[in-house]
Amino acid sequence: MLRRLLATNTLRGFHTTACMNEVRLLTRLRVVDNSEIGKRAMAEGKPPKVICVYNKQRVGYIGDRVMVAIKGEKKKGILVGLKQKQSVRVPKFDSNNVVLIDDSGTPLGTRIHVPIPTILRTILKQRTHAKGADYTKLLGIATRFV
Amino acid sequence: MSLAIRKCSSDLLSITKWVVRREYRLLSTLPENIEPANTDVDEKAPRTGRRPRLQNPVLEYRHIYPEFLPDPNPKWRNSLREKLERADMLKRRAKIDIPEFYVGSILAVTVSDPHAQGKTNRFVGICIDRKGCGLRAQFILRNVVDHQGVEVRYDLYDPIIQSIQVLRLEKRLDDELFYLRDALPEYSTFPFDMDPEVLPDGTPVPINDVQVKLKPRPWLERWERQELKGVSNIEEHLKEKDRKRRELRKEPWEKYDLMKQYRRTIPIEEQSEIWGEVYNQLQQMHVSRRKVARKRVLATPKPQLG
Repeated sequence: MLRRLLATNTLRGFHTTACMNEVRLLTRLRVVDNSEIGKRAMAEGKPPKVICVYNKQRVGYIGDRVMVAIKGEKKKGILVGLKQKQSVRVPKFDSNNVVLIDDSGTPLGTRIHVPIPTILRTILKQRTHAKGADYTKLLGIATRFV
Repeated sequence: MSLAIRKCSSDLLSITKWVVRREYRLLSTLPENIEPANTDVDEKAPRTGRRPRLQNPVLEYRHIYPEFLPDPNPKWRNSLREKLERADMLKRRAKIDIPEFYVGSILAVTVSDPHAQGKTNRFVGICIDRKGCGLRAQFILRNVVDHQGVEVRYDLYDPIIQSIQVLRLEKRLDDELFYLRDALPEYSTFPFDMDPEVLPDGTPVPINDVQVKLKPRPWLERWERQELKGVSNIEEHLKEKDRKRRELRKEPWEKYDLMKQYRRTIPIEEQSEIWGEVYNQLQQMHVSRRKVARKRVLATPKPQLG
């Protein structure tokens, strides 16, 4: 028993907490709309990387705007589903999902083929200002809300 | 040291008593002091419930309503707060039917959607975890929708929940089903238009002994170290290194740690006090809900026949 305990102690050289699954710099995302560039990037097995998260914390939460590097281009996107632990009633997804948009907030695709958290209705409405980009257009192409 | 040993030997009798009582708790029976309280309850049960289950309501209810038992950690105990919470829980249960369900049951939860005016949001999924005590009781539902795994965590006593419906009442082999995140998607795919399956009265909750298949590594957790019963193909993904480390990390003395077990559980004396407080109301609600359900079952076949 003692030997076994000692052996366990020697193995413990690094911490083994669960990862936080945060979206930060260079996180790979999954494009969930049917835009041409997104579809091709996912089919080639080269999912986009985050190169900027537009908020103070530099960690992307649900509904945050990100800039991604996709097939050698810079595109903007909105995070529409996260792996990270979410608050009550907000769905947690098995992958980090992004929908590509252009500068005015219009989505590049015409359909989103995964469920979208319904909390985005509120979040995106708050982020939209009269003269800025209109992010709520994204909700129009969603097929399903959870 | 010698003093300690002498003290031990003198206290042997009390210790054995205590151990025996503990064994009683594990074997799901009761000490004598609350037997008389049960007898009248037992008489009542066949009259109203017609559910010939275990005779002891305490032992039955701690599985059906686990959130009524407080967290056993003494730091977080506060008898007044627990009492108030229980009263609030009963008030909420009077408004909405929170059915009996377990980890592995398939539930449908309808919430009113604060983000879309006047709409509701229904989610169907398998319950993969149930935790928390009192008003903070939570459960997690998991489903695969449009080939995308989705999990939603709900508070059991959330005021915006409109209904909780059990579509299939069953248990699985494990207490937590987090391994479904790493399993093949068909094991956590459930259609949203599933019909509720009705179990005949008096049947015990069925245990679904399906064993899931995991996807190849990387995994979210080290499932091989958790002694899971509901996973079939864990060995084929392991390397020699993993097996060795699993052996090293095993804690076979854990089950003999009586103190640890004691700290994890609420003693039967406290449990009987708690259940004595809430038993009558829970029983009444259960009986009235069953009556309504039976009426509904009797009423529905008519249009089908005609």
